[in-house]
Amino acid sequence: MRDVAVIGFGMTKFGELWNKSIKDIFVEASLNAIENAGVDHIDSMYVGAMSSGLFVGQEHIAAVMADYLGMAPVPSTHVESACASGGMAFRQAYLDVASGNSEIVLAGGVEKMNDGADVTAALATAADQEYEVYNGVTFPGLYAMIANAHMHEFKTTSKQLAAVAVKNHLNGFNNPNAQFRSKISIDTVLNSTMVSDPLHLLDCSPITDGGAAVILCPLDMAKKFTDKFVKIIASTQASDSIALYERKSFTSLNAVSNAAEKAYKQCNLKPTEIDLAEVHDCFTISEIVVSEDLGFFNKGKGGLAVEEGKTSIESGEIPINTSGGLKSKGHPVGATGIAQIIEVYEQLTGQAGKRQVKNARIGLAQNMGGSGASCTINILEAI
Amino acid sequence: MIGIIGYGSYLPRYRIKVEDIAREWGSDPASIKRGLKLFEKTVPGLDEDTITISVAAAKNALKRAQIDPKDIGAVYIGSESHPYAVKPSATILIDALGIGPDVHVASYEFACKAGTEAMFVANSLVKAGEVKYALAIGADTSQGAPGDALEYSASAGGSAFIMGAENVVADILFSNSYTSDTPDFWRREHEFYPRHAGRFTGEPAYFRHVVSAGKLLLEKSKMKPEDFDYAVFHMPNGKFPQVAGKKLGFTEGQMKVGWIAPWMGNTYSGSSPTGLSAILDEAKPGNKIFMVSFGSGAGSDGFIFNVTDKILDVQDKAPKLRDYLDNNKIYIDYGQYAKFREKIILNK
Repeated sequence: MRDVAVIGFGMTKFGELWNKSIKDIFVEASLNAIENAGVDHIDSMYVGAMSSGLFVGQEHIAAVMADYLGMAPVPSTHVESACASGGMAFRQAYLDVASGNSEIVLAGGVEKMNDGADVTAALATAADQEYEVYNGVTFPGLYAMIANAHMHEFKTTSKQLAAVAVKNHLNGFNNPNAQFRSKISIDTVLNSTMVSDPLHLLDCSPITDGGAAVILCPLDMAKKFTDKFVKIIASTQASDSIALYERKSFTSLNAVSNAAEKAYKQCNLKPTEIDLAEVHDCFTISEIVVSEDLGFFNKGKGGLAVEEGKTSIESGEIPINTSGGLKSKGHPVGATGIAQIIEVYEQLTGQAGKRQVKNARIGLAQNMGGSGASCTINILEAI
Repeated sequence: MIGIIGYGSYLPRYRIKVEDIAREWGSDPASIKRGLKLFEKTVPGLDEDTITISVAAAKNALKRAQIDPKDIGAVYIGSESHPYAVKPSATILIDALGIGPDVHVASYEFACKAGTEAMFVANSLVKAGEVKYALAIGADTSQGAPGDALEYSASAGGSAFIMGAENVVADILFSNSYTSDTPDFWRREHEFYPRHAGRFTGEPAYFRHVVSAGKLLLEKSKMKPEDFDYAVFHMPNGKFPQVAGKKLGFTEGQMKVGWIAPWMGNTYSGSSPTGLSAILDEAKPGNKIFMVSFGSGAGSDGFIFNVTDKILDVQDKAPKLRDYLDNNKIYIDYGQYAKFREKIILNK
């Protein structure tokens, strides 16, 4: 396997993009990435999208996007792993280049969720239809069970959950592509509508349209195109039971810890050596649980850590979701994993503006599907 | 000078509170009050429909206009709850009020802006000299499916305006329309309740049309928001008109009098016309009024009115909107509401 670099990125603004189709969104992000990377062609492309069929009635999405991007006949592959579709598309692109099969590869992600579809029902197809959805539970309910278990076992509080949302909105305020660029307070979160106890409206990530894309190539070729490139030093993936009830514990996500263990081994680093992380905060509780499963904090201490500011940009300990995360930046499910890579890339190449983490050398992106049944972790290093 | 020579409104006595609707569906009333700025809404009685509401409102307009009903040459009723799919509402109304038969009538439909469509055409006919007086009505017994967000807002009521060239109480200085094919809310034939596209009804539909129509009207009139004493916008809920008004540069103070949705609900075709009626009830000579309606599908009509000295002669000749809104209310629970709105299937 040869070393692989990320050499450029492009993304659309995240939000309610009423005047843009799924094709417009993907093409805008991809063309920006191609231009940003300075490449004149791509050898293959991967499209992360969760459910374009249910959201906009369009399947065969890989061929659709290659066509509209003007890239046919390059091989184009659709990667689906629910909310981890983007991260998984990135990993497939990485493997394509690392294996020597392709030289220049585009990894993109897209979702057009605001088009009249029943979004909650479409998203719920990522849970176990027979044992979970049939009985009436959707994702806010599943993550509320995780939150209740975490609160019961470790005395995590609603205020600590709210602290995740407050921090991520503060970060998103400085991200021009974020859906919600508004600062919020603990009280705003706690007084917002209860969605599924203990998760308030502002504990939940929003429904978003958006696209994101990055360009990968062999590390030894990167300099030809740009001086702003980063090296992929780990790329792993793991899976877990699809249904929550089959797990021994509700307070740990095994796919996350398994993927993390392999990733740290791959790059021979410890969690303490990571400078920043983009994690999958589809709900505030997931950021807390994931921050523990990634080894940044001891099990049960994730809530306290965010409350004490250890995950803020200024803290220096381990800034988490400097982009604003899914919570503030928005969560167009298929695009999320790629947007996380973009934030890490921008941080490691010193392009993050007011969100810049000082001396950032190593960044981690963790993207997961459903209630953690699939997870991919990618670690990037500044060169 | 062409404009309104008489106006009047009618609201049913029955009310249901947001709490009573929310309780049935397990929703949080506090978040609806905060998010949509809705507190209660009017409910039509079992013997009330768009035609009875139109007749009651038009009677009040006639009391103010003090004209012979026979001189009315056109009657247009805008509604999305005409009792008949085929048969005009206005034929019943003209018989009840002694108008016609030398009269042109029509039922208008353009979701929530059918009332201002009627006003637009009535004003144009008088201006063209085709008729001496024209009666325009916006009235609805609005439908909202049980459990739908619309159920908190869909209410009943309406307002009537008689247009003429003499004894004008509110001169229509400018009018305009802004229309596009935007399918945000619709009801197909044989369907009982309208469907809507959730948040799509906001930014690309309501706000785009209301704000665009408003901007074009300001440009056309060469007037600025601060030139107006009052402003009123279509009120699908309490929040939207305030946001749209602020986007155009109007203040809460200018919008306060016409902002009746929190206590009335959305009377669909009768929404902004009834807000205008509330403003005319207290307007002073020389006051300027800015109005923009909205109908899903989608379009907005805009009007600028200049209130004349004659307003003082007519304001007390019929019940005012606040009389209907604030007094004589009967609160009903969800069970009675379900009966009144014929949501219960009876084995007849």
